[in-house]
Amino acid sequence: MNVDGVLAIYRFEMSRTRRTLIQSIVAPVISTSLYFIVFGAAIGSRIQEVGGVSYGAFIVPGLIMLNLLTNSISNGSFGIYFPKFVGTVYEILSAPVSTLEIVLGYVGAAVSKALLLGFIILLTASLFIELRIAHPLIMLAFLILTAISFSLLGFILGIWADNFEQLSVVPALVITPLVFLGGSFYSTDMLPPFWQTVSLFNPVLYLISGLRWSFYEISDVNVFVSLGSVLLFLLICFSIVVCIFKTGYKLRS
Amino acid sequence: MNAVAEPILKIENLCKTYSGGSQALKNVSLDIEKGEIVALLGPNGAGKTTLISSICGIVRPTSGHITVAGFDIVNDYRKTRSLIGLVPQELTTDSFETVFNTVSFSRGLFGRRPDPAHIERILTSLSLWDRKDSKIITLSGGMKRRVLIAKALSHEPSVLFLDEPTAGVDVSLRKDMWKIVSELRESGVTIILTTHYIEEAEEIADRVGVINHGEIVLMEDKQTLIRKLGQKQLFLDLFEPLQKLPASLTKFALDLSENGMRLTYTLGTYEQRTDIAALLDGLKTANIAFRDLQTAQSSLEEIFVNLVGGSSNTSTAKVAER
Repeated sequence: MNVDGVLAIYRFEMSRTRRTLIQSIVAPVISTSLYFIVFGAAIGSRIQEVGGVSYGAFIVPGLIMLNLLTNSISNGSFGIYFPKFVGTVYEILSAPVSTLEIVLGYVGAAVSKALLLGFIILLTASLFIELRIAHPLIMLAFLILTAISFSLLGFILGIWADNFEQLSVVPALVITPLVFLGGSFYSTDMLPPFWQTVSLFNPVLYLISGLRWSFYEISDVNVFVSLGSVLLFLLICFSIVVCIFKTGYKLRS
Repeated sequence: MNAVAEPILKIENLCKTYSGGSQALKNVSLDIEKGEIVALLGPNGAGKTTLISSICGIVRPTSGHITVAGFDIVNDYRKTRSLIGLVPQELTTDSFETVFNTVSFSRGLFGRRPDPAHIERILTSLSLWDRKDSKIITLSGGMKRRVLIAKALSHEPSVLFLDEPTAGVDVSLRKDMWKIVSELRESGVTIILTTHYIEEAEEIADRVGVINHGEIVLMEDKQTLIRKLGQKQLFLDLFEPLQKLPASLTKFALDLSENGMRLTYTLGTYEQRTDIAALLDGLKTANIAFRDLQTAQSSLEEIFVNLVGGSSNTSTAKVAER
C-alpha cells in the first residue's frame, strides 16, 4: 500500500482547509449559532417540549446533521473536482496509487473536516443549551458513518460534475430540502398521517432520527434501522466509486 | 532475461481509439534505450500526447502492450508509474500552494518518504530555491514550467516525459530548459520529449521520431536522419556566363541559372557527396572558372515538413524507400 501517497493527498486537502478557514469552519459555526438564537431561544421558548426535550435541545442533532451532510458533500466533491478543473488531476492519475488509496486520501480528509465541524457545532450548541448525550458511542458511529457516506457521495459528484453549477446543484436542490424535511426541526409525530408516511421515504430522516436517539433516546424510526440504512448507503456509494475508477468514467479517457 | 539489453521503454502495437471514434494511435511500436533523449515531432493532433498519456496511465489504450524497465504498465502499474515522471504540456499547478509544498506533495504521492534535502537539491538546480515559499500563482510562466519539472523529478524517476516543455516560452528560457535536459541526461535519466520546435529536437535529442496521424512515420538517430534524408546543395558562382552545360558535365545533376552565372548541384544522400571532387575536376577540364562556392544543408525542419507534408502512407513509403 502506498501510505505516503495517501498521506500526501490527505495533508494536501487538510492544508486547503487551513487556507480557507473562514469558509470551511467559521461560516458554518456562525450560521448554526444563528439557528440556535432564532429557533432555540426566540421561537423555541414559545414551543412546548418535544418528546420531553426542550425545543432548543431537540434541534441540535438535526443542525449537526445538516452541517455534517452539506460539509461532507462539499468537501468530498470539491477535493476531486478542483484538480479536474485546473488540470492537476493528471498527477493523481499517473501516480502509483490505487482507487482505494485515492479514496482514502480525499474522502479521509473530507470526513476529518466534516467531523471536526460537527464537534465544533456540538460545542457551540452547548453554549446555548444544556446538552446530554445518552449514547456517545452510538452518536459517534452515526457521525462517522454519515460523514464517510456523504463524503463518498460528494466524491462521486465531484467526478460527475463538469462545472461549478453541477457541483452545487445536488447539495442545494436535493440535500438541503431533504434535511429540512427530514425532521431537523420537528418530530414526524407533529405531521398529519399522510405526510408521516411520505417522510419515511426521506433517507435523511433515518440519519437525524438515529442521531437524535443517541442524544435523547427519542426517535421517529428504530435506531438499528437507521444504522442499517446509513451502512447500506455507504456500501452503495463505495461500490459506485469503485466502478468509476474501474471504468475510468470522466477521469481516464 | 538479459536486463542490460532490455529497453527501458517498450511499446508494442499500441492502438487508441477515443469514444468519439477518432483513432489517435495506430499500431505504434517503439523501443527506447536507457539514457537516451528521444524527441517526438509531429503536428497538432498527431498523437504525441496520447502516446505519452497512455504510457503514464492517464489514457487507457484500446489495445497493445507497454512495458517500462520490463514491467507491464497495467499489471505492475505501481512499479512503472514510480519509475516515470511527467511534465504536462499545460501549466497545470495548484495556484495557492507554495513551491516547496507542491513539490513535496508530488514526492509523497509517488510513494517516496519526505526528503527535504532532495527537494532542496532539485529546487536549487532549477533556480527555484529562492522562491520555495512563494505561492505558485505569483510565479512567471517560465517559473511555473520549472515547478512542473521539479514535481516530475521529486520522486527520482528513471524516465522523464516532457510534453512540449518549451511551448510558449522565450528563447532564453528555452535554452535554459535544454541545459536542464542535458544535465538530467548526465544523471542517467531517460528523456522522451514531444515538441513542435525542430530546433529543439536538433539541439538536444539523440534520436528523433516523427509521428503523424497516430503512426510513427520515422524513428531514427538524429545524425543518421540528417545524413540519410537531408539534402545538400552546392552553389557555384561563375566568372563568365555559361550558355549551356558542356556534355562532359551532364552526368551531374546540375541546374544552370537563367542568367548563366550560377550552377546548383543538389546532392540527395550522403553517399553522393563523394561526387563533389569529380564535379570540380570536370569544371576544371571544361575550363569553367568560378569565383565563389557555397553549400547549404537541409535542416531537420525541412525533413520534417517533407515527411508530414503528404499523407502518412506516402511519408512511410518515402522513408522505406530510403
